[in-house]
Amino acid sequence: MSKGRFGIFGGQYVPEVLMNAIIELEEAYHHYKNDKDFINELNKLLAKYAGRPSELYYADNMTKSLKGAKIYLKREDLNHTGSHKINNVLGQVLMAKKMGKTRVIAETGAGQHGVATATAAALLGLECEIFMGKEDTKRQALNVFRMELLGAKVHEVTSGTQTLKDAVNETFKEWTNRINDTHYVLGSVMGPYPFPDMVRDFQSVIGKEVKEQMLEAEGRLPDIILACVGGGSNAIGIFHEFIEHPEVRLIGCEAAGHGVETDKTAATMATGRLGVFHGMKSYFCQDEYGQIAPVYSISAGLDYPGVGPEHAYLKDIKRAEYVPVTDKEAVEAFEYLSRTEGIIPAIESAHAVAYALRLAPTLGQDKIMVINISGRGDKDVAAIARYKGEEIYE
Amino acid sequence: MNRIERAFSNGKAFIPFITAGDPSIEVTERLVHELANAGADLIELGIPFSDPMAEGPVIQAADNRALSAGATTDKIFDMVKRIRRTLDIPIAFMTYFNPVFSYGTERFLYNCKEAGVDAIIVPDLPYEERDELKPYCERSGISYISMIAPTSKERIDRIVTEAEGFIYCVSSLGVTGVRSHLELDAESMIKRVKEFKDIPCAIGFGIATPEQAKAMAEISDGVIIGSAIVRIIGQYGKDCVKPVTEYVRQIIDAIK
Repeated sequence: MSKGRFGIFGGQYVPEVLMNAIIELEEAYHHYKNDKDFINELNKLLAKYAGRPSELYYADNMTKSLKGAKIYLKREDLNHTGSHKINNVLGQVLMAKKMGKTRVIAETGAGQHGVATATAAALLGLECEIFMGKEDTKRQALNVFRMELLGAKVHEVTSGTQTLKDAVNETFKEWTNRINDTHYVLGSVMGPYPFPDMVRDFQSVIGKEVKEQMLEAEGRLPDIILACVGGGSNAIGIFHEFIEHPEVRLIGCEAAGHGVETDKTAATMATGRLGVFHGMKSYFCQDEYGQIAPVYSISAGLDYPGVGPEHAYLKDIKRAEYVPVTDKEAVEAFEYLSRTEGIIPAIESAHAVAYALRLAPTLGQDKIMVINISGRGDKDVAAIARYKGEEIYE
Repeated sequence: MNRIERAFSNGKAFIPFITAGDPSIEVTERLVHELANAGADLIELGIPFSDPMAEGPVIQAADNRALSAGATTDKIFDMVKRIRRTLDIPIAFMTYFNPVFSYGTERFLYNCKEAGVDAIIVPDLPYEERDELKPYCERSGISYISMIAPTSKERIDRIVTEAEGFIYCVSSLGVTGVRSHLELDAESMIKRVKEFKDIPCAIGFGIATPEQAKAMAEISDGVIIGSAIVRIIGQYGKDCVKPVTEYVRQIIDAIK
């Protein structure tokens, strides 16, 4: 079995032309993750530039309204650029710069990872090009302009379903065109090794903070942690610190779209099969011949036919649970959190909030639940209005 | 001499690539016969994949056309069986790993053997992941074709030591597709291969004109042409057999 495995999952399934670049990245990752100067520099950026640590907010109104578990929100939406994506991006772009790369490329679904990458590239003085499905450039028009404002060049991807999966395809292809001066800033805990490990390490700051903040607030660990899962980076980020504490239930909420019984879904854990795609062995939505299925979710960031290999492993060993949440439930939760707490969550994060609305009332008041609010929902306001039949454009 | 060895025993080998099922299984079947008649030495048949990560837009579009027209792995196996009744030309499958893995790797290779496929090329299985496929190929007597690229450098030694059949040399960086300018990195790559093993080297990616084919044939044992042919198929659809054959004859004249 090759490197970078979580059980049978993971690996390095990429064309030969990319292998030396992947190996170079592996070596850099192993070097810098233990390099004191790099760690200090990154921590300084996370604190002074991204605004970490993010708050662990006790949601009193929500707790009272649900009459069950005590609810805390991890406020990744308050980070600079508005989501958890900045954690990974600052790490990768800083590393790319130290590796002597002068250009970064990245895929984006909802635009959050693209915006974060463009931001870090602007800050650290690297050239930046972003690949985004044409369908998503329509759903998230404001983020396209935001990336351009930050000096990035945005490429509309017109192949396939014109969403996140196709943006990843095109970014990998672009990487094969130009390897020497270019680093691919992959946005989730997916792809070939070392990406799933490296992105997890950069995102695990979320869970580390939650542990400290929870011990300070409650003197104990939470009972349940909820996070949305597309590729799975915010979920791994908050789960990772708690994997060794089996008493903490870890629940990933995936996008069911119109429902797992329909073909308009992106719930990989519920409907996918073992496969090999985008450089990794994991679960994928696919047909009987292994053709990758066109998936659907209202959320551009969860609209992905696969899931990171570590999540597949956590599911297999039953350390984490994965539940599907529909568009309708997510939109209701989006509105609920806005009205109840005055916090507009990203539609991605609203999938985790939606499951909390189902679960919290079934639990005793002595239970503590943490929901990762992975991003803010400003980007989604127009799309939600359209979903509800109102023609608002940014 | 097996069929793959035979492909390289008639001067420089010409290896056309077509996507099976583009624009239909019937047309692909006719194309294979005509390519063989025209003097192709080995046919590289693509099993279409929804997300072909090493392909440029021309072959990706062909994969989409084939899948939309209903091509499946089983229909392609059946087609190869029919072709084998009358044709002895060497045939290599080119596909991505998921269609193989999802079908069941063992079952896939067994069916390859039954149908008369000689070799398999899987661009998203690098040397590090060869255990996913190579042992199954060995058991079924199918040649597992290794690829090398201009970025492979010192990796060439390891890859070539274990290689069999022939080496697929990727001419330049990037994905498949016609290029106006071809780098000559290929020559040093092939020299390095031959230092380790006496194995045929075929060059692919970017070759389109008879002049390019001739130049690449001079430094290698054979040329692989995909996008330039697939583009003609895309342009002429079901009427593509004649223009493809005409194009292929020009290439063969240039390299033989």
